[in-house]
Amino acid sequence: MSDAVIIASDLRKQFDNFVAVDGIDFEVRPGESFGFLGPNGAGKTSTMRMIGCVSPITSGSLTVFGLDPNVDGSEIRSRMGVVPQSDQLDPELTVAENLLIYGRYFDISRSECRRRTVELLDFVQLSDRANDQVDPLSGGMKRRLTIARSLINEPELLLLDEPTTGLDPQARHVLWDRLYRLKQRGVTLVLTTHYMDEAEQLCDRLVVMDEGRIAAEGSPRNLIDRYSTREVLELRFAIGENDANAATLEGIGERCELLPDRILIYDDDGEEALGEVHRRGVDPVASLVRRSSLEDVFLRLTGRALVD
Amino acid sequence: MSTPTAVRVWENHLLRYRKIWGSHLLGAFVQPVLYLVGMGLGVGALVDRSTDSIVLLDGITYFEFLAPALLATTAMMSGGQTSLWEVADGFIWSHRYVAMASTPLRPREIADGLALWHTTRIALAVTAVAGVLALFDETRTWGLLVAIPAAVLTGLAFALPISAWSSTRKNGSSFPAVIRFALIPMFLFGGAFFPIDQLPEWLQPVAYVTPLWHGIELCRGAVIPSVDAGPVAVHVAVLLAYAVVGLLACRATFAKALRP
Repeated sequence: MSDAVIIASDLRKQFDNFVAVDGIDFEVRPGESFGFLGPNGAGKTSTMRMIGCVSPITSGSLTVFGLDPNVDGSEIRSRMGVVPQSDQLDPELTVAENLLIYGRYFDISRSECRRRTVELLDFVQLSDRANDQVDPLSGGMKRRLTIARSLINEPELLLLDEPTTGLDPQARHVLWDRLYRLKQRGVTLVLTTHYMDEAEQLCDRLVVMDEGRIAAEGSPRNLIDRYSTREVLELRFAIGENDANAATLEGIGERCELLPDRILIYDDDGEEALGEVHRRGVDPVASLVRRSSLEDVFLRLTGRALVD
Repeated sequence: MSTPTAVRVWENHLLRYRKIWGSHLLGAFVQPVLYLVGMGLGVGALVDRSTDSIVLLDGITYFEFLAPALLATTAMMSGGQTSLWEVADGFIWSHRYVAMASTPLRPREIADGLALWHTTRIALAVTAVAGVLALFDETRTWGLLVAIPAAVLTGLAFALPISAWSSTRKNGSSFPAVIRFALIPMFLFGGAFFPIDQLPEWLQPVAYVTPLWHGIELCRGAVIPSVDAGPVAVHVAVLLAYAVVGLLACRATFAKALRP
């Protein structure tokens, strides 16, 4: 599709002897919300930095807005917003000054910067803190300010690297709500996360990354359908009894995962599977039937749990 | 019309400086006053009584000898100090330059903006010292207007190479050593307080290759008419070489740090 905002093909990034991104292909379409899901060290940030034109690609090809980051990096950066993993706010300046000075980097006039600052602080609900120093702000507020700052140039594309890592649940929901509004306005969102719920909430489409490669691609629903069952039965046993019980449970459900602290049984009907567990005389300390999530997709694809 | 990229970077520094300009300028003003009164007048009274001093100082008073040199030493100290923690801050603590680098600004342009800012800040400090010198009869001369750019160039000869080095540091642990083992020895032995031909012979070539001595010679020659500054073109060339190489090094180290 030629109108894609980002096209990457066989994209690689290598630092000395370490391969951070190992030949990935993906496309991001206009207005879409696209995610990179994976554990720390999967190559998500390196990919984002290449898209953001702040890290040269090692090989393969990458175009953003149809332009080549090597040649037109400055122009590409002028049309996108970046929310980095760490906030990078200027601690010596006030909330409003942070927005003003950042707008100046894009050569937006002072009066226009001031107009947008009022609007953006309202959008991220920080209007009453406009003249406060940045330091005393909470983590969630700093994150919102960073998002406001990334919007000062009215970007067509917004890159968010782990936007809610380290935030409390309420702050995360406020942030998700703001991002959802941006998406409704037609801004293309590209984000990385290692949170399943975040990926399910925000992404139309995502790729699962592991060790610099893409393990799977699709919508959250589609990935779950493809790589997991409708439901999952989680069983917990007393310490050291996992292995013995696993043998007895063999054959229940479509598939079974043995984790250090629990056993997962994949079956479209979890209650039915639990019934069978009891029929076999196995008595877990705790049991839980839930819907499959991206966590299960990741486990299936990589054999490892996602959360660090 | 678009604002030059270096000016956009400079605006960030100016905005932050506006919160501390009072203490910076007061420091730039008070310190040379203390040296002028304590050393220039106090020690000078002793020095000028010795008959040798006529020969050693080429017939000028100790006050006249010391005062113009303070333009160059202030430029060095001001330029040196703002090139350490403040530059590293942009890369490793506040990530100010990292944030700039994700906007249309290129690393080279960020380095140029910093150079522009160094020039401004050193010029402010040097002008404050020139204001002090204008208070005294011995140094109230139009030559101060020539000495100011000479001192600013001296400051840049320190600020730009040091900034290039600072931008490669992972922490600030080695910064106090730069002040203690480079800037302060130069301040003391670089020809400000006594002529460098009083140094042990093996040390004199060291003074010739440091930027400070060249800057002091230029400032002294500009302010005190009877002093021969020696080969002015050589002094300027040495200072320019430090500044230009320093700027090119900044562009390179900034690119390396901001475009991994």
